[in-house]
Amino acid sequence: MDAILLQILNGLDKGSAYALIALGLTLIFGTLGVVNFAHGALFMIGAFCAVTLSRILTLSHTVIDETQKDFLGNPLKVEVPYIYDIFGQTTGDAIIDWAVPLSILFAIPVMVGIGFAMERGLIKHFYKRPHADQILVTFGLAIVLQEIIKYFYGANPIPTPAPDAFRGSFDFGAMLGFDPNTIIYPYWRLVYFAFAAVIIGAVFAFLQFTTFGMVVRAGMADRETVGLLGINIDKRFTIMFGIAAAVAGLAGVMYTPINSPNYHMGMDFLVLSFVVVVVGGMGSLSGAVLAGFLLGILESFASMAIVLETLPGINQIIIYLVAIIILLTRPRGLMGRKGVMEE
Amino acid sequence: MFGLTKRDTTLLLVVAVLTIFAPFILNPFPEGSAMAQFNAGYPDLMQRLVIFGIFAIGFNILFGLTGYLSFGHAAFLGVGSYAAIWMMKLLTMNVIPAIMISVLVAGLFSLLVGWISLRRSGIYFSILTLAFAQMSYSLAYSVLTPITGGETGLQPKVNDPRILDAALTEGQNPRANLFGLEMGTSYEMAVGGWIFTFNAGYYIAAIVMLLAFYLSIRIFRSPFGMMLRAVKSNQQRLNYTGLNAKPYTLAAFVISGMYAGLAGGLLVAMDTQVGAERMFWTASGEVVLMTILGGAGTLIGPVLGAGFIKYMENIVSKINKTVLEQWFAFMPDGIEDFFITIVYPFVGKGWHLTLGLLFMMVVIFLPGGLVQGGQKVAGLFKRKKPVDDKPDGKTTPAE
Repeated sequence: MDAILLQILNGLDKGSAYALIALGLTLIFGTLGVVNFAHGALFMIGAFCAVTLSRILTLSHTVIDETQKDFLGNPLKVEVPYIYDIFGQTTGDAIIDWAVPLSILFAIPVMVGIGFAMERGLIKHFYKRPHADQILVTFGLAIVLQEIIKYFYGANPIPTPAPDAFRGSFDFGAMLGFDPNTIIYPYWRLVYFAFAAVIIGAVFAFLQFTTFGMVVRAGMADRETVGLLGINIDKRFTIMFGIAAAVAGLAGVMYTPINSPNYHMGMDFLVLSFVVVVVGGMGSLSGAVLAGFLLGILESFASMAIVLETLPGINQIIIYLVAIIILLTRPRGLMGRKGVMEE
Repeated sequence: MFGLTKRDTTLLLVVAVLTIFAPFILNPFPEGSAMAQFNAGYPDLMQRLVIFGIFAIGFNILFGLTGYLSFGHAAFLGVGSYAAIWMMKLLTMNVIPAIMISVLVAGLFSLLVGWISLRRSGIYFSILTLAFAQMSYSLAYSVLTPITGGETGLQPKVNDPRILDAALTEGQNPRANLFGLEMGTSYEMAVGGWIFTFNAGYYIAAIVMLLAFYLSIRIFRSPFGMMLRAVKSNQQRLNYTGLNAKPYTLAAFVISGMYAGLAGGLLVAMDTQVGAERMFWTASGEVVLMTILGGAGTLIGPVLGAGFIKYMENIVSKINKTVLEQWFAFMPDGIEDFFITIVYPFVGKGWHLTLGLLFMMVVIFLPGGLVQGGQKVAGLFKRKKPVDDKPDGKTTPAE
């Protein structure tokens, strides 16, 4: 029982990332009808927003500290972040420590901006082109974005730690009445899951309970009629693209402490997210979220020692295998709607 | 000639002449001159040009004719490579059995993948093939390590069994050969400042490429090719006329898989080693790139695209800061630095950035690739002719 629970928990953080990226992909597909291969790159850019902010916060100038001496007996030169000058040392340290959560505030405008630019500048011209062209152009864009990041940040992963308060793990099992030390779970993964749940909830609430969301849903169902009613649906869809980009970006920001960001992390996630979207059902938001968590958890079950003994290597291929089976038996995906992308 | 129309024969002959004289054409600059780094006439690169040409020609039979966008073709290349290297390990270092088995194994594998993937079309087909390719890649990296060598890959060793070959003594390297003619054998011809290299491996690969190209022309012009085009333009209508498209698409898929296997086998024949990264999905993306860049659905396009990308990859990635400084040395210092800063991100290690941008440009502005670009340019000149003719009073009747 505890082993099962542990695997479910382990699957949650990857599942959350899959779900968030797949949610954004589905939003874009559902609204604009575009297959966005650059979505993984948006995830990666989000992660690098966190890196950028923590670099900005630690920008320093050199101060000569008369009270300390270095080994030659000269006054010690100390690097002092500018932020100390503004907020004082204690607050400054706290801000630097909380750089990753703070990046959320930084990443939202950046990602929405990138989303707008992408949609208006490029994707707009591809609505009427075949899906193959959309795939290819966004694939090219993904390469370009990835290489730009590589040029500025280098090819190595950049460790970006979580705030001190969330480092380390805690005994989750003991809280639920299992034996101590059976289920040890890192704090940050729980934070990530909670964060993902909040974002997913927020997106759904936004679509379900606001007038804007209602119009967007109507547009997803029948774009032309909504347009005929005198509503500028293109503008709203552009905004949805921005939101989808922001969702991917935030997923990236919060993922940095789990996995140090590098320039190709987006591509690694993208392939899997596509599989997630297809398994969930093209155009179905709840399907994408469900499939994201499901596949994340399945993957972690497949990496259990017992499973690996009987089926070696299954953890590497389980997601693809599930996708193949689903596509062949339920071509519409788990929760796909009728009439969406059924060729 | 060879059952081709006059135009196709000309095309085939042009390609044949270009490949035969490639050591001259690709080496236009004298050795030691500043431009010598743009020479592409060295065996390794020339072999790659033709081998990836084969890969792209095969991919084009699937994508260009049927419109099915496969994102997993690198898997067939990889499987072919592994098959070839095992042939070299177990049977003989002669390349013929290695290449034959690589085509066969890749064909069987693509039959399996195609049989499953072709149940769906459009984006689902792309994702299914992608899933298969990623699966093969992951397996090659992890569980199948005894067969694939995992991360280190495989290469022929001195003490492999090799039933047909005489045993090698310690210190001798197993070399790929064709009845004793080693692939690495080169004849160098020095003419003035130029050094032209004629490599045995290159010419073998080139002959195979020409055969592959000829076969692809025949497929394009055959009733079978017509059927594939019908699949692309309107599969539904094809179904309504009572024809089942699946056998045709599956055949196209297997043929292109065999082409990929052939390319994989040749890669092993030229450079006797394999690694799993050959099957990674970006490698599949690359062949899509070559085909699109050259012009999907055209005969010569994929060859052009493959040549262009591999040439640029080798040449552009060699340009470094020192080279740039030499180029812009004639400018005043400030402007020189400015230009170097601008150009630097796009060359050397930044080759992929250039590639990505180029790819986007082609998809956006020239969906038909270089071939369409060429036709447009040709069209510009052609349109002028009737204007010139008019004063003569000669009008040609509309056909």
